[in-house]
Amino acid sequence: MAPPVPAIQTTRLTKRYRRNTALSDCSITVPEGSISALIGPNGAGKTTLLRLLCGLSEPSAGTALVLGASPRQAPESLAQVGFLAQEMPLYRRMTAADHITMGAHLNVRWDGQSVRDRLRGLDIPLDRAVGTLSGGQRAQVALALVLAKRPRLLLLDEPVAALDPLARRHFLATLTEAVAVAEGSLTVLLSSHLIADIERVCDHLILLAASHVQLCGETDELLAEHQILVGPKKDTGPIERAHTVVQATTTGKQSTLLIRLGGPLLDPAYQAEDVSLEELVLGYMGAAAPAAYAGLGPADPAELTGEER
Amino acid sequence: MGDGVISFRVNGRAGVPPYLQIVQQVRQALRMGVLEVGDQLPTVREVVAAVAVNPNTVLKAYRELEHEGLIEARAGHGTFVRALPPGPPPRTFSRLGHSLDRWVREARAAGLDNEAIESLLKGTLQAIDTAEEDIA
Repeated sequence: MAPPVPAIQTTRLTKRYRRNTALSDCSITVPEGSISALIGPNGAGKTTLLRLLCGLSEPSAGTALVLGASPRQAPESLAQVGFLAQEMPLYRRMTAADHITMGAHLNVRWDGQSVRDRLRGLDIPLDRAVGTLSGGQRAQVALALVLAKRPRLLLLDEPVAALDPLARRHFLATLTEAVAVAEGSLTVLLSSHLIADIERVCDHLILLAASHVQLCGETDELLAEHQILVGPKKDTGPIERAHTVVQATTTGKQSTLLIRLGGPLLDPAYQAEDVSLEELVLGYMGAAAPAAYAGLGPADPAELTGEER
Repeated sequence: MGDGVISFRVNGRAGVPPYLQIVQQVRQALRMGVLEVGDQLPTVREVVAAVAVNPNTVLKAYRELEHEGLIEARAGHGTFVRALPPGPPPRTFSRLGHSLDRWVREARAAGLDNEAIESLLKGTLQAIDTAEEDIA
């Protein structure tokens, strides 16, 4: 059997603007059927990557294959990609029912009944102006509408950032249920800062920092490949030769090292501990932007806010 | 979800991977007699809709439990309990649970806090393990 085609595969994807580079040499693979988290500080290039993947923007260099095709050259595969921008674009004066009618006109594939069923199940009125609904309800309307396209790939830009914890949980339940029902034929890539949500919902993650990919892979595998070593402050040369030291924190007598394992751990002077997702993410983010995260403030404000403004 | 089917809790900050939390909760329910042979487990879709976890997490948990011989998937019907985990039967657990409950209350009354109780338990377990190793 041929290996399955990844839902997303990019090779050295780069996006330059006049003054700065928003995304640099980005090579990632997102397997079909996964729910992948796109993590990184603001301005790391997350929105840029999502916009490139859904064809809203053109790469300066490199290639992106989305569902096996180049987003800006294959409208038929783009029809199978759903994108939800951060601000949940809905027409505030229109009702959910109006949006369903409009979606039917604008999309090749459209399952309006699924939106009605989903919103009725959540007790969200179809006949009220969307602007009068709560933030959580609006997010559910937007998600139900994008799912009505029957997408094979869903790109979500910080979908739950503005929601309260309960609305967030309901939104994620709707999302994971849609993935369960699709039985492997729906892939999701969502950007988020909320590690606890990512831990429950995502089985794959991509970490961007300073416009570069720092990590990309199955969450469980990435966690298993890393360890935290705590031990006396001493020459870390032997550790660095055998493993990759992602981040080292040293106090007067103690060293704490986040390492990516390059083989078995042999030094008994260190106590090795499993790494949590939060430690892993913070370790890589901190290593990529030491000045900004050591409490010194951003070295270059433009670098932190970057293109996403 | 039907009668007698358990529900899961998944805590994103537990330090235990979500799939393992589900595995442990099923094993625990089997040991305590909450789940019995023949009982049906919730479907992946039901679990996911209730607790918002990745469907693959539930599949991975069920695969692990199937590998251990505790549950079985019947095509088109669902996933059912096949066997209890090795070890004493549920009633032994509930009997020991009751006597432990009495002991903990006694310790509390004597002024021991949770940390003191845990360190006493750890110390006792270690002492007994050492004694048994010496015999062996």
